[in-house]
Amino acid sequence: MEKEASNLLEEFRHGSPEAVHAAFERLFREHQRAVYGWILRITRNPAAAEELTVESFWRIYQARSRFDPARGFEGWARRIASHAALDWLRAQRLEREDSMELCGEVSAPMEADPAVTAEIRARTALAFGRLPPKLRITATLAVIEELPQREVALALGISVAAVKVRVFRALRLLRRELERQGIRP
Amino acid sequence: MKERAEDGLEKLLRETLPAVKDDAGPERDLWPALERRINSQEAARPAAQMGIGWACFDGALLAGLVLLAVSFPATIPLLLYYL
Repeated sequence: MEKEASNLLEEFRHGSPEAVHAAFERLFREHQRAVYGWILRITRNPAAAEELTVESFWRIYQARSRFDPARGFEGWARRIASHAALDWLRAQRLEREDSMELCGEVSAPMEADPAVTAEIRARTALAFGRLPPKLRITATLAVIEELPQREVALALGISVAAVKVRVFRALRLLRRELERQGIRP
Repeated sequence: MKERAEDGLEKLLRETLPAVKDDAGPERDLWPALERRINSQEAARPAAQMGIGWACFDGALLAGLVLLAVSFPATIPLLLYYL
């Protein structure tokens, strides 16, 4: 099984055009769900996640000669997907100031505190959407998705210390913005 | 896995933007879209190969000029004049 996976990756890197195509389709079908889920966690937008999954695999296809099998396909794909999602966040930030869409796709969970009004949640989502993309992506993965900091660091290609710093800065900026609006979490 | 102390702001953030479910998957097969993109790149490749053809032509022309200059040194001023 392991040998088969290794052969698949080898064909993907150095096979004939037909072999590359076949190996790539198998890799895509094996990993598309994981990559889509990862991107959805960052963008929280199903349509964008679909588009970015295609974009990520396109980048993977183009960069196949640089792929190092020793580091595993999933981690590599996740890193490329994170960068594609980060590019999308940057473009979105430039395109629109109104980030209400950020909370439009998701609803409050059942165990939400009833004292926290819909307006506070909307303002929080808006303020979070206005954070610099690098801080936003890190805080999304480490705070909202509660992923281990090491996993976040690997996906973003930064150190664990950098993850901590980014989370700290993201929360500080968010707190300041909310306090400016009279919200004290 | 929690690696930091719980904070009121973090709680508010998680309530506002709940974590995405692990079983989330695309609603359609994305392979056809990706395959279209790959095929359009393959179709564009002959244009890129034309670039290689021009590089070969440039090399051959240069080699011819060098050969001419070595065989007939008297042509060097003429070649320099036209460069």
